[in-house]
Amino acid sequence: MFQGWMWTEVFSSWKVFAKGFLGTISVSTVSLVLMFALSLFAALLRVGRNKGLRWITGVLMGFFQNTPLLVQVFFLYNVLPLIGIKLGVFSVGSISLSVYTASFGAAIFEAAINSVPKGQSEAAYSQGFGFFAVMTRIVLPQAMKVAIPPMTGQVVNLIKNSSVLAMVALGELMYMTDSWSAEHAIYGPTFLLSAVLYLALCLPLARLSRNLEKKTRR
Amino acid sequence: MEFFAPYTFGEVLAFLLQGLSLTLIIALTSIVLSFAFGSVLGIIRFLGKGFWGKLAGAYIDVVRNIPVLLFIISFRLMLPTYIGSYKIPNKALVSAILAMTVFTSAMVAEIVRGGLNGVPHGQWEAARSQGFTLWQTLRHIILPQAVRHIFIPMMGQFVSCLKDTSLCQVLGVGELMMNATVIIGKYRYASQVILVYALVAGIYCLVNVLLLKVARRIQG
Repeated sequence: MFQGWMWTEVFSSWKVFAKGFLGTISVSTVSLVLMFALSLFAALLRVGRNKGLRWITGVLMGFFQNTPLLVQVFFLYNVLPLIGIKLGVFSVGSISLSVYTASFGAAIFEAAINSVPKGQSEAAYSQGFGFFAVMTRIVLPQAMKVAIPPMTGQVVNLIKNSSVLAMVALGELMYMTDSWSAEHAIYGPTFLLSAVLYLALCLPLARLSRNLEKKTRR
Repeated sequence: MEFFAPYTFGEVLAFLLQGLSLTLIIALTSIVLSFAFGSVLGIIRFLGKGFWGKLAGAYIDVVRNIPVLLFIISFRLMLPTYIGSYKIPNKALVSAILAMTVFTSAMVAEIVRGGLNGVPHGQWEAARSQGFTLWQTLRHIILPQAVRHIFIPMMGQFVSCLKDTSLCQVLGVGELMMNATVIIGKYRYASQVILVYALVAGIYCLVNVLLLKVARRIQG
């Protein structure tokens, strides 16, 4: 299963895997930015004063957290063309990936914002700050410190979950691995290489997340 | 109902629920296996400073940082059809459960280790000073306290395990997602497709939310 000639074959097609690796990085980066913005927005709605918005955001978060990413990806991929919206697979992939991860990210931000002592925002309100100013100037800078370590963990999840996009033939690492290995009937070395590439992305981030967490706990 | 022609709503729902039963079988089996294997791994990781601890740590770190889909796909292709002269029955299902177990046990191990870390060190020292053996300390002092930190994240992990079973559709196992894809392939109109997806999402969501609700109730 791991003969020498297989390895030479795999490494002679290194460009395929490099392309997949870059694909994973680019779709993850785009989703990361979207995810971050969306999480923050949802978290602000969750701590805002509008009861209806708070409730709806909570329900949506629960829904996206508790349904598989694959269902969401397939939904966008299959339904959008039927109602006349033509989006590339990259857009579909990054939208669904970021929405899915944001449902967890929003919960992290929400908890972080709530972890800032109430007195901080009360003091700011009493000085005539509005909701937005209180958040951006007083609460969020403090909340970020709490939120960053678990958010880094979510980034790892995001990168791992980007593999699900292979199911809609987005040319990222998982898709390249699967199609190349099926084409050449070389499985062992291909999967091992792909695993190492995923590790190269995720392991440093996971370590970083753990170290940051230790630091904030102290 | 004409809406789901050529099938009735009942038939569609029955087919999906049949998929759900296989989803639950895969998820429950992997969860039970991962719970056993992952707990042992987490305890070894927590206690061990030597070779075994390092080995458990390496397993946890490596497996946790690889997508579960990679395990599912590679197990499908790399699991032998025969072990000796024994033919593995239902290979797709077995490889699905094995892949999910390998991945989930690493996640469980990390949760267990975190829970054990959460118990103050003084508890260990007190127990050992009273002449408790390592095993007795774990069994009577540490684990009962750690369970409180472990239970909720463990249920969260089980929910993600249940969600991840949807990826087993690449194996052609007829679980919920596979059955959904089969049914949706029969429909052409947006309204029908949307409705079936909503149904599938609703089923997943309902099961998971119920699981979490029960977990919170038990925790009190």
